[in-house]
Amino acid sequence: MTREVDELDPPPPYDPELDRAQRERLAAAWKTPTGWRYFSAVNNSVVGLWYLIGSFAFFAFGGLMALLMRTQLAVPENDFLSMELYNQVFTMHGTVMMFLFAVPIFEAVAIMVLPEILGARDLPFPRLSTFGFMCFVIGGVFVCGSLLFGVGPDGGWFMYPPLSSSEAQTGLGTDIWLLGLSFIEVASIAAAIELIVGVLKSRPPGMRLNLMPLYCWYVLVVGGMILFAFPPLIAGDLLLEMERAFHWPFFDPDKGGDPLLWQHLFWIFGHPEVYIIFLPSIAIIATIVPTFARVPMIGHSWIVLSAVGVAFLSFGLWVHHMFATGLPGISLAFFSAASEAVAIPTGVQIFCFIGTILVGRLRMSVPMLFAAGALAIFVFGGLTGVMVALVPFDLQAHDTYFVVAHLHYTLIGGALFPVFAGVWYWYPFATDKALSERLGKWAFWLMFTGFNVAFLPMHWTGIQGMPRRVWTYSEADGWTALNMISTIGAFTLAAGFVVLVYDVVRPKKNQPYVKRNVWDAGTLEWSEEVPGMPWGIRSIPYIGTRYPLWEQKGLLEEIDRGEWLLPDAEEGKREMIVTDLLDGRPLFVQRVPGPTFKTVIAAALLGAVFIFATYHWWTATIAAAVLTVAAIIWWLWTGTAHPPEKPTKYVGRGMHLPLYASGTASVGWWAMFITMVGDMTAFFGLVFAYFFFWTIYPEWPPAGLGLPHAGWLAAGLVLLLAACAAMAAAVRLNRKSRIGAARLALAASAGLAVPGTLGFVWACWGEGLNPTEHAFTATIWVLVLWLGLHMLVALLMPLYCIARSLCGYLTPEYDADLRNSALYWNFMAATALIVFLLLAVLPHLLGGPMP
Amino acid sequence: VAQGRTGFVLRLPARVALPVLLAGCSPKTSWLAGAGTGALETERMMWIMLSGAVLIWAAVMALAFWAARTNPEDPRKTEALARDLVRWGGLVFPIAVVTTLLIWALFMMRGAADARADMVVAVEGEQWWWRVTYDPGTEAETVTANEIRLPVGQSVRFLLTSDDVIHSFWVPALGGKTDMIPGRETSLLLHPVREGAWTGICAEYCGGAHAQMRLEVIVEPAEDFAAWRAGLAEPVAAADHPGLDLFLTHGCGACHTLRGTPANGQVGPELTHLAARTTLGAGILPMEREVLADWITHTHDLKPGVLMPAYPDLPPQALDTLVDFLMALE
Repeated sequence: MTREVDELDPPPPYDPELDRAQRERLAAAWKTPTGWRYFSAVNNSVVGLWYLIGSFAFFAFGGLMALLMRTQLAVPENDFLSMELYNQVFTMHGTVMMFLFAVPIFEAVAIMVLPEILGARDLPFPRLSTFGFMCFVIGGVFVCGSLLFGVGPDGGWFMYPPLSSSEAQTGLGTDIWLLGLSFIEVASIAAAIELIVGVLKSRPPGMRLNLMPLYCWYVLVVGGMILFAFPPLIAGDLLLEMERAFHWPFFDPDKGGDPLLWQHLFWIFGHPEVYIIFLPSIAIIATIVPTFARVPMIGHSWIVLSAVGVAFLSFGLWVHHMFATGLPGISLAFFSAASEAVAIPTGVQIFCFIGTILVGRLRMSVPMLFAAGALAIFVFGGLTGVMVALVPFDLQAHDTYFVVAHLHYTLIGGALFPVFAGVWYWYPFATDKALSERLGKWAFWLMFTGFNVAFLPMHWTGIQGMPRRVWTYSEADGWTALNMISTIGAFTLAAGFVVLVYDVVRPKKNQPYVKRNVWDAGTLEWSEEVPGMPWGIRSIPYIGTRYPLWEQKGLLEEIDRGEWLLPDAEEGKREMIVTDLLDGRPLFVQRVPGPTFKTVIAAALLGAVFIFATYHWWTATIAAAVLTVAAIIWWLWTGTAHPPEKPTKYVGRGMHLPLYASGTASVGWWAMFITMVGDMTAFFGLVFAYFFFWTIYPEWPPAGLGLPHAGWLAAGLVLLLAACAAMAAAVRLNRKSRIGAARLALAASAGLAVPGTLGFVWACWGEGLNPTEHAFTATIWVLVLWLGLHMLVALLMPLYCIARSLCGYLTPEYDADLRNSALYWNFMAATALIVFLLLAVLPHLLGGPMP
Repeated sequence: VAQGRTGFVLRLPARVALPVLLAGCSPKTSWLAGAGTGALETERMMWIMLSGAVLIWAAVMALAFWAARTNPEDPRKTEALARDLVRWGGLVFPIAVVTTLLIWALFMMRGAADARADMVVAVEGEQWWWRVTYDPGTEAETVTANEIRLPVGQSVRFLLTSDDVIHSFWVPALGGKTDMIPGRETSLLLHPVREGAWTGICAEYCGGAHAQMRLEVIVEPAEDFAAWRAGLAEPVAAADHPGLDLFLTHGCGACHTLRGTPANGQVGPELTHLAARTTLGAGILPMEREVLADWITHTHDLKPGVLMPAYPDLPPQALDTLVDFLMALE
């Protein structure tokens, strides 16, 4: 088999003058803005750094919450914190650590290192990264800030209704939690889309899937998990906020609702979430271990399969958080078995690491020390996990400090220590300076000792009967000594973190640069020159091995001399190569946008939508929503899918690549596809609610509530399907250069969308269905509401395409906007069809009393 | 019962370790109190699994340490060894262990599902106390609060409900917990085998005063229980006490019931035999005269968040009479 790389022209002879000129042009194109414009930067290394700083700032805040709790619990009957404040503090600790640290830190590290590991100069949607980051910061500050005004959420990070669904029980804090976190989830999903497309489409030429570094595999798996795990929570948040704000009784048993519905939706998110936190950290270990063992990872494909296996299993064990809710024994047994099964792929991964260390000649350093500490802590947490996954044991352990100990062993061992290892490992990559070995050891031993002193006794505290989420206990309970020990440990752990932070932030002006590829690693991110250049990689090589810096001799020098692809930025544009998602064949050159404030403005406006909604200022909310849409259109109009000045570009080595792509070759199409998969998952969260109610009602549909009018629903469906067909026709007509007809089809699509949607609304409205009357009618209305909100976006798309066509940005050759819109419309047709089936057909098929 | 014997052998490590670890520890809330069959089974399970966990952990650590220290002489041989490690240690061993554990747990669950109950008690979770009904749905139905007495050796089915938020009914000394969910009725079977006073705890965060939602569970000989149960059905003992007037004029009866008097409130705990209970304020305070007076005047200092209003301005004389009356409610 001839390899593509052998068919390339040989590199031109080295010309120092050309090299210098190319470097200057690259530097100009990729220059990071300075002064106040620094905050308009979009390049992954800058945004990744912001993300890291932001995540660790929230981590410090969450850690402070932990210290407050430990101080309160150090002695019995303490009055350091009031009951009200303690309830807010423990809610915030869980919320901040889960939503504002554990998931964002994955995104931070991945945004920072993924492109460089892939030999790419940026991620395919740099502005989306900034947008996500800004959403994260605005939402996070909003949620955390509530605590300073004494209105922090106090319903627990799990927010179980009816405690959280009644305004009499929990106040504004719950609204802040629901809307603030929904906003942050938008950021998480945005980053997931960015990272999935990054792994699939911005690999270097030649890097087939089987050559992809393990880190990238984990990013792909975790991105996919976020895509399927977060949307059910968004659906749950929507239902809960609708109940709080408008009294749609999804969780109110007096009106046909059920509190357990929330628990299902929450844990369908919540358990995968644990692995969303854990797998990226294992990815860091999987990167560090081969470097320090100085051999490739053994069992590469076993690890990939295990990661995929854990991801699948993680969606099938949410009920193990609900063992005490009195579910039938058969479902408990099923979910218990699924929970136990996770031990198997996890065991495989850990033994692959140990096996690699055995095969290699291990060199110890601080990152390896953190990795070893992670192993010691995590393995014990995994073993107690095997215990709590068994139903009879869990019925005692559930909601006690035994579980507090277990989850911190898994999360701190399985996620936090590896992240610290990663910070240490990649610090020289990001800053060209080294951290202090001595301080690193201090930090590690303080944290390791402190952690175990804090959390090992907690197993016993739980066995002695101490439940979670209690702000006080009495001397007579006999938990005093154990709690005091845990508090001392917690402060020791915090001291270790302070040492690490000091080491990271202390000025290093006079410290020499590290040598290039300081750990002698094998992956591409270490091809960066020292000091680092804003463009990332000098020229983009063909990759034929898993550890190119080890296994492709002379690669570094070839990259530096600009002998590989895209060594220049002749037009002064930021460019990257997009490859085929399976075999890494170069497809086209993607021009990525540079610095802008448009995304910051769009994020701020979207933040305003969520914040105004929290306070139920509906007029302001709608105004901000309109402005958000306008800002996003402005951003898209000026930043995406511009027809290039020439169809192809010379990228070096005799290769010409197109400068534009649409459809499945393009990154935009994939981003739309992945977004809509996530969107459909949220929709299925609502569909789940529908079927959940079907299983609990003795009679279906519940008598006396009425049903939507089937005729109007059918009319609405026909119109929306016609609108979707018009979009598809527009794509074909435009491609055949029948531009006028294409514009007409687009106008028809927009024209049909409005009456089609109104058909669905009127089918419910005209029959007098009242969403506040019963959970069944509320579910019907929320499905229609979902469809309606999506149709608002769907309506804008053909209008946008008409405008692009009129302005000459959308032509028969350059039709990415149109094809992406048509793709969105396909998902809308599916959504409308499902809503129709649920509202018009299933009540008759499933009708009558339950068997 | 057979569990007694194996339970003793397996609890040996506990007997050795406990005095060291837990000097001065009260067993009232401990899973290891061994007062119910459920708790005994879990305890046995815990010791076996915890010992196993420690052993496996030590073995994995030793293996990792050895791997780090060894430098391969023959790389090919070492790599084959490493692959065997992954195969046997990472795949086969966990499969064997978790399968065994799972089968064991399933048999335990099956046993629990088949068990029959000798008596039924309904418990409703309230913010932040417990409404207890003996013989629910029968002629003999009697309501009380915050204290449950059970005859030793008889199995009890608890029917669990809630009308406000989710609570969870848990008596660690007797066995596992079950949630109390608005709109649903759940049930839990407990089988007390050891006499004593044990603590029940709300295990699901239920808002404000969750930490102070406790319950006293007294396991006693069958004849003592029978006598207590007969007394429970009796109306108020001190209906002619002057304190009853104070109780009614201050509006206590709007929330509390005293059977045999006009006080028939349903919002707060039933108080007909208040003084016969051993605790106050939902299991958090001892039932003593001074504490009771303090509870009436400084309710929120003793239990922040509690829904009962405090009566700080009650004249000392009146308070005295009222407490006298309440302490007479044997």
